[in-house]
Amino acid sequence: MYYLKLIFKNVFRAKLRSGLTILGLVIAIVAFGLLQTVVDAWFAGANSSSAARMVTRNAISLVFPMPSYYRDRIKAVPGVKSVAHSQWFGGIYIEPKNFFPQFAVDHENYFEMYPEFLMKPEELLAFKRDRQGAVVGRKLADQYGWKVGDVIPIRGTIFPGEWRFTIRAIFDGKDETTITRQFYFQWDYINEYLKKRFPRRADQIGVFNIEVTDPGRIADIARAIDAEFKNSLAETLTETEKAFQLGFVAQSEAIVVAIRIVSFVVVFIIMAVVANTMAMTARERLAEYATLKALGFSPQFVAALVYGEALMLSLIGAGLGILLTFPMAAGFASSPAGAVFAAFRVSGDTIILQAASGLVVGLVAAVIPGWRSARIRIVDGLRHVG
Amino acid sequence: MKVPFSYVFRNLWTRKLTTLLTAGGMGLVVFVFAAVLMLDAGLKQTMVGTGSHDNVMFIRKGAETEIQSGVSRDQASLIESLPQIARDVDGQPMVSKESVVLTSLTKRGQDKASNIITRGIPPMGLVLRPQVRITQGRMFRPGSSEIVVGRNIFEEFEGVAIGQSLRFAQRDWLVVGTFDGGKSAFDSEVWGDCEQLMQAFRRTGYSSALARLADSNSYDALTSAVAAEIRLTVEGKREQLFYEDQSRALSTFISILGTVLSVIFSLGAMIGAAITMYSAVATRTAEIGTLRALGFRRPSILVAFLTESLLLSLVGGIAGLFFASFLQVITISTLNFQSFSQLAFGFVLTPKIIVQTLIFSLIMGFVGGFLPAFKAARMKIVDSLRAA
Repeated sequence: MYYLKLIFKNVFRAKLRSGLTILGLVIAIVAFGLLQTVVDAWFAGANSSSAARMVTRNAISLVFPMPSYYRDRIKAVPGVKSVAHSQWFGGIYIEPKNFFPQFAVDHENYFEMYPEFLMKPEELLAFKRDRQGAVVGRKLADQYGWKVGDVIPIRGTIFPGEWRFTIRAIFDGKDETTITRQFYFQWDYINEYLKKRFPRRADQIGVFNIEVTDPGRIADIARAIDAEFKNSLAETLTETEKAFQLGFVAQSEAIVVAIRIVSFVVVFIIMAVVANTMAMTARERLAEYATLKALGFSPQFVAALVYGEALMLSLIGAGLGILLTFPMAAGFASSPAGAVFAAFRVSGDTIILQAASGLVVGLVAAVIPGWRSARIRIVDGLRHVG
Repeated sequence: MKVPFSYVFRNLWTRKLTTLLTAGGMGLVVFVFAAVLMLDAGLKQTMVGTGSHDNVMFIRKGAETEIQSGVSRDQASLIESLPQIARDVDGQPMVSKESVVLTSLTKRGQDKASNIITRGIPPMGLVLRPQVRITQGRMFRPGSSEIVVGRNIFEEFEGVAIGQSLRFAQRDWLVVGTFDGGKSAFDSEVWGDCEQLMQAFRRTGYSSALARLADSNSYDALTSAVAAEIRLTVEGKREQLFYEDQSRALSTFISILGTVLSVIFSLGAMIGAAITMYSAVATRTAEIGTLRALGFRRPSILVAFLTESLLLSLVGGIAGLFFASFLQVITISTLNFQSFSQLAFGFVLTPKIIVQTLIFSLIMGFVGGFLPAFKAARMKIVDSLRAA
């Protein structure tokens, strides 16, 4: 116990230096945590997907549609419980920077397939009855201050024209992992327009969302669906919702990798800072360590003192950093920049990683100073001046 | 009287480990800072190199990318008939009517497909893009199911060697050559014959039309002519600007992320410098007293310690920059959010970035070293001499 007390006293002997080191550690650990959370947010879509749902798209790429009659043929494949469809709209709300995903969906079936979107039954009914109705997520509605009944103008990029939607329902997520930043409206609305203006583009579907009866057989069902359309004009690719979402992440993998690397760079930076602090501390106290050794303490004891001090320093910093990560993440999530991310939540893994980096920083920082202090010859040490 | 520079330098040299660690920390920050600037510069260079100032890109009004756009055959002919468009030696309008789609390819070492721009071009398409050269094999033959692939596609994706075929739209497309787009975005594209691709994808209209201006200054006249023609629902933009706009979101993302990271990281490094300098001042209290007693004035002491800190940061800055310069061999391929397709670009080190980076590291040294140097300069001679 007195040993711990000694270390603790040592840590705060040079108050300014320890204070600065801890401050640096806190900044680094918070930055590390936030970067890890950014990476997690990237994968949020994949993590919130259901194991019982699949997505069918055109095998060439997502921008190619499929004929809407595929729906009935997919429905006939054994094991398929229900089929809905959705179409990426990609419109602009006032300005291009106000980005949020918009989907034209099958209003009859889509929301039955997504029980994690919680909304009032009467609101859902109102949406189904209004051809121009829209359903928006809570986070999106809060961001722009929308209420039920508001009319939202959106300029089409893929579907030309100025579109107006009336918000009929706002949904909440079942839990924190559910993404509530989407904008849904009736696919029939754009299809009716296309039938009049561009008949060739009508009755085309972007993706089919499929729910299966038995998630265990999902791979077989996917193969059966794709076999159904083999050698047709629009061959399909069916994959689980998670694989579909991961496909997007994989495309921007270089960025994810870069953020991951950078988040470890910050740990190295702080490692250098803490190692420097420990090197200076140990150099100043060489005379003390020599005295301890002269009194009969072993070299291991002296090394343990140095290690203990480095660890205490880094763990105090890491602890404070972890505590600060939560308010920082919450602050970032509610800022305009954070609104881009569908979900921004500090995960348990991130906290463990933060604590682990604190530990590693402390241990590594003490290696050279600890080794030097343990090896110091008593005579040299006593002669040593600061 | 100035404190000799050798005094400053030797102080750093005596405490090698501390100097190394402090400069190392700063070097890492500088590395990140430089890397982000280089990446953004690389992206800009790629996009600017893609477009030519004298070419005008036409896409449908409201569309932001070629993928979203559609230009019907009669509209494309109308564009060709405009007087501001250049004619070649045969009197043909210099307009390349193109069909652009996304297909998927798999990156080496990945199992997920990435979106690739597949562009159908007429022979005029090559004339309007003189920077594109065939490096291996040959150009696709007009009217055949042959394709050529860009340099980055060839290097990074599977199944695109010459002689291999890609399967899409119920056809096998034979790869007959690779081309170098001179570090432009075309390096990340696959090119084939326009009419063949349109047939295969059952398309009746083009995606975009690229036109050469007869006179570089007639751009305004051209846009007003297009606006006045009610049958044209297209918008023209200088090709260079068009491609710059295509990567704006990605560029903004990189620079915001980079700036935020650099600022946060530099806080850590500045704290490191401050710790080092505070301790340098503390251990040398008696020395400072002696210097003052010898007649060195307070400002000289301030300058000496500040120089020490600046020197420290300069060492870190140069080291960081040195290692960052090696990044230039790396090419990054990632999703361009706007065009929803893969775009490859590299790190580019420009003289401007070198200056910016060194200034950045000197600022870190200045901020980190100022308070300790100030403390050193304010010491009283008697007290500091007694401290020993």
